[in-house]
Amino acid sequence: MTTEQHSTTHHVMPVRTYLIVFALLMVLLAATIGVAFLHLGPFNRIVALTIALAKAGLIMTYFMHLRYSSKLALVFAGMGFFWLVIMLLIGMGDYIARGTIPGTF
Amino acid sequence: MTVSSPPVKLEKPPQNYLNWAFGIKSWLLTTDHKRIAILYLITVTLFFALGGLAASLVRFELITPQGDLMSADNYNKSFTLHGMLMVFFFLIPGIPAVMGNFLIPLMIGAKDLAFPRLNLASWYVFMVGGLFTMTVIVVGGVDTGWTFYTPYSSTYSNGAVILAALGIFAAGFASIFTAINFVVTIHKMRAPGLTWFRLPLFVWAHYATSIIILLGTPVLAITILMVGIERMFKIGIFDPALGGDPLLFQHLFWFYSHPAVYIMVLPSMGVISELITAFTRRRIFGYKAIALSSLAIALLGFLVWGHHMFVSGQSVYAGLVFSAITFMVAIPSAIKVFNWTATLFKGTISFTTPMLYALGFIGLFTIGGLTGLFLGAAAVDVHVTDTYFVVAHFHYVMVGATIMAYMGAIHFWWPKITGKLYNEGWGISSAIIIFVGFNLTFMPQFIMGYLGMPRRYYAYPDEFQIYHIASSAGAAILAFGYVLPLFYLLYSLFFGPKAGDNPWNAKGLEWTTASPPPHENFEETPIVTEEAYAYPVPQKAEVTSGA
Repeated sequence: MTTEQHSTTHHVMPVRTYLIVFALLMVLLAATIGVAFLHLGPFNRIVALTIALAKAGLIMTYFMHLRYSSKLALVFAGMGFFWLVIMLLIGMGDYIARGTIPGTF
Repeated sequence: MTVSSPPVKLEKPPQNYLNWAFGIKSWLLTTDHKRIAILYLITVTLFFALGGLAASLVRFELITPQGDLMSADNYNKSFTLHGMLMVFFFLIPGIPAVMGNFLIPLMIGAKDLAFPRLNLASWYVFMVGGLFTMTVIVVGGVDTGWTFYTPYSSTYSNGAVILAALGIFAAGFASIFTAINFVVTIHKMRAPGLTWFRLPLFVWAHYATSIIILLGTPVLAITILMVGIERMFKIGIFDPALGGDPLLFQHLFWFYSHPAVYIMVLPSMGVISELITAFTRRRIFGYKAIALSSLAIALLGFLVWGHHMFVSGQSVYAGLVFSAITFMVAIPSAIKVFNWTATLFKGTISFTTPMLYALGFIGLFTIGGLTGLFLGAAAVDVHVTDTYFVVAHFHYVMVGATIMAYMGAIHFWWPKITGKLYNEGWGISSAIIIFVGFNLTFMPQFIMGYLGMPRRYYAYPDEFQIYHIASSAGAAILAFGYVLPLFYLLYSLFFGPKAGDNPWNAKGLEWTTASPPPHENFEETPIVTEEAYAYPVPQKAEVTSGA
């Protein structure tokens, strides 16, 4: 607890890892563009969002060093994700039910 | 013959953060949290004055039912400027960036915040935001209201909207920087022995506030960017003509801007916990309940944004859910109010200036909060949406609560910040004047709002004039009350008596160091061995019988 005990050891990642992750992100970008040309109906959005999630995951894990971070940093990152879910979930509540008029009791 | 007088030994004043270094550079490049707090204090005071000026224009215009002082367009620009400056450049940074910056390291026994340079960067980014907003005034102002509702803001309003949006974008990042600093500092830099449940409630409140800022502000930033993108590149996000959804803007905007109300009021609640305990000489009633209710407010505050949209066309079912959760937010807020009141019970109360502000806060916040329940009830809200009832409600919360606490905080910690005492008589007068002026300004607005006076109109039917005159008269008294402290506080800076380390005889680490504190805050890192607010338990008076 307490006092000024910072963890001063930072995990140093080799440049190679960064390059591999970057290449993966480029592949996923190409996939996003490619999928946009296919007609998959409602699955277009699902695929696009899944790819986007994978990209975000890669960035958070490697570029933002979450993989080597303390549990506290993971908790805060998780909170950010949880809040995003709150926003989308409750926000979607409106979009799904908009325009429906309740019957009289 | 010459007479030599004994050499006069000049005593060097003790080193403190104010005389530690001199010159403009030592201020503009400082990384000392106390100096940065002073920079913020000066800046937000200027923005407050400008925002107040815009409010004065609005209240002047509304003295008569006709729109005779300014054009409708200029009226729109005046209330927009008032809202923008007050919300983004005064209320949100006010207590955290000034008082939080100054006090958190002192309260937890640390030498500075975790990232001093980020702290300075925060002020500079804030100034850039302010500069953009000032430029907006010069180039003709914006008339969208502080809420920037689409598609008006993204399609029809003039070009200064983007500039204004950039200003708010920058100010948002300044508060993100501050919040990161607070979270890391509170987690990592507490003095030995200072466990979580020994922290002053001011620190708990700022912790909860920082979490809201970190989780909410990026949403505002991205929303503002999307407005800019739609305006500049005609990409349909909010404009129905381009395939967008205008309500999406309201969802995203209020996802941040409703919790923003708690960004304003939670730090105030932290201040009130400090003031109430210091001036009742009592331990706070229900410490854990107050601390955890701050976190509960931070969470629940994010689930209620749709109550701003009851009449917007959002799903009625969504409205139902938002309404229900809105009532739940009242619970942690009430926990705080009841606990403060319970702390007062049988306390040794002294009615000093900060305490008067604290008591004013409790009353005004209660009125603001309870009228919030009226508005949370969807059926009542349909009746009073966009009326002065809403205006009065949120001013009771933002001005009645936040600014009362801000003023209370400035007066309470002024001796610590400056090392000087102000005149208590003037202080008490200003607190009373502000309380009276505030109620005279906003109480009539509840009545005329309920009777149907819409907000954001520069002309109105004659029947509402009596309420508007009362409101404008109150605003004049309020303005006088706000200007008064500027004089006696500045006077005290030069001519006030020395304060001593702990003029209020209050508990808390900040009172154990010198006033003004030295550059490093403490000569030795303090070790905490007791809970917060460990005021001595009063002895029972001995009753001696005469018989």
